[in-house]
Amino acid sequence: MDLTQALEIASHTDPGMVRSHNEDSIASIGEQGLVVLADGMGGYNAGEVASGMATTVLTTELRQLLDEHAPHEVDPQSGQKAALKMLREQIAKANTSIYQASQSQPQYAGMGTTLVVALFYDNRMMVAHIGDSRLYRQRGDEFVQVTKDHSLLQEQIDAGMLTKEQAKLSSNKNLVTRALGIDPAVEPEMHEYDTQPGDIYLLCSDGLSDMVSDEDIGMTLQALGANLNLAAQQLVQMANDNGGRDNVSVILIKILREYPAGQRFASKLFGWFR
Amino acid sequence: MAKLILSMDGLVLKEIQLSKERTTIGRKPHNDIQIDNLAVSGEHAVIVTILADSFLEDLGSTNGTFVNGKTVKKHFLQNNDVVELGKYKLKYLSEAQPGGTKAADFEKTMILRPGASRKPPEPKPAVAVGAAPAHAAPAPPGVAPAAGASAAAGASAAAGAARPHSDTQIGMAPAAPAAPAAAARAAAAPAPAAPARRAMLQLLSGANAGKELELTKPLTTLGKPSVQVAVITRRPQGFFITHVEGANKPSVNGKPIEAQAHALNDHDIIELAGVKVEFFFKT
Repeated sequence: MDLTQALEIASHTDPGMVRSHNEDSIASIGEQGLVVLADGMGGYNAGEVASGMATTVLTTELRQLLDEHAPHEVDPQSGQKAALKMLREQIAKANTSIYQASQSQPQYAGMGTTLVVALFYDNRMMVAHIGDSRLYRQRGDEFVQVTKDHSLLQEQIDAGMLTKEQAKLSSNKNLVTRALGIDPAVEPEMHEYDTQPGDIYLLCSDGLSDMVSDEDIGMTLQALGANLNLAAQQLVQMANDNGGRDNVSVILIKILREYPAGQRFASKLFGWFR
Repeated sequence: MAKLILSMDGLVLKEIQLSKERTTIGRKPHNDIQIDNLAVSGEHAVIVTILADSFLEDLGSTNGTFVNGKTVKKHFLQNNDVVELGKYKLKYLSEAQPGGTKAADFEKTMILRPGASRKPPEPKPAVAVGAAPAHAAPAPPGVAPAAGASAAAGASAAAGAARPHSDTQIGMAPAAPAAPAAAARAAAAPAPAAPARRAMLQLLSGANAGKELELTKPLTTLGKPSVQVAVITRRPQGFFITHVEGANKPSVNGKPIEAQAHALNDHDIIELAGVKVEFFFKT
């Protein structure tokens, strides 16, 4: 099923004001409803290599798998959606690729990447994430953070040591507790959500969320939602105007209309009778 | 590493590095910071340090613990906080100095792996990454910094100064279509948080003619949704108007603006959706 009519996607990535390299990597396949964002870490250019491998493995592998399998179908044995299985397996594959490269090439030792992936199908989306890259949702007047960071700060907030306001003052930012490619295996956090026409989803690296307040991000999506490309550029510009201390990447997805599954079958049938 | 400076009546007595996860303060000799004064309880307070953050906790002292003049039970210490116990003062100085290259080092995303070794060679089967209860973190948690982080930071700082982006275009915004970002960048670099001048809009025509509006938000939209909308953005280097939606672009002083952001000058006349608005700086 081609989702280009149902989803509008805009993205922008920038090295920021301080860094010379862009270690973030973004990719999307509009017709298959797949968006991927990764924020690499590691010395020299290893961060770029790790995030680039993550987006490349996921898009090439999933492009083929999504051609062969419908993501909304439920596997009778496990009772799980195909989307869940596909994403989990391909994230594992990306993890292995990065891990093996870091083991075999000394210049890549210790490299890793955060990851946030969203796959849209059947009026829903499956979100997988690892680390502190985020997914937010703008629906009506409400702007919420959907993913919960895998970071030291988030654990401290959960443990009641810090409030969200205090966390902004912490010097321990950017310490992630989970990353892709660091260990032989990784557990992505995965959840499925309903989507509604008019929703705007934002995937971003911490270069945005650390530099621009949630309030200002929400205001920008509210004000510029009609022009998604402009909104993406505006968000990056705001991060840079506030100092741009890290690479900044954003992917915006607007739900233009409903996209129930089954149309594939129906259209096939329709094509058959013609 | 963060440190405390102990003083009494303005006289500096001691400097203490916060090297331990728990630094205890009290009158009894077993404390890390012993203050032999009757106004200080035997076990008065403790400072828990987790990487670069330190938390002060009063241990039920008789006379209380004060931070910047206020009594606290538990407090997240910030640079230059003054902790008072009786007549004694402890000034907290965090190591992360804003603006320094050190701060940039800190901001590099790193993976935190308590209990994992730093050496990557031997494959370790299934190390649970960061299942770490943060509050019980062992003394030096296994922070595995990216190889050569400091070298990389130095290089990026040097490269940052000579970024091809920043010196290609310096000038006013209405340059070539690809230029505004680069120009903006060059302009923004020296003073990132410079407060912009206050700016106002006044409606010159329409039903609300004469009405004024101060541009306080980072973004202010003008016009009618799905007909014609423009946005005015407040940036460190000034105010800019950009077309958002609609077939027609807004005009400034009678000329339609281009696709990119257009810098606004004092007393510019903006026209959109049939309404005239004047932009001016508040004096």
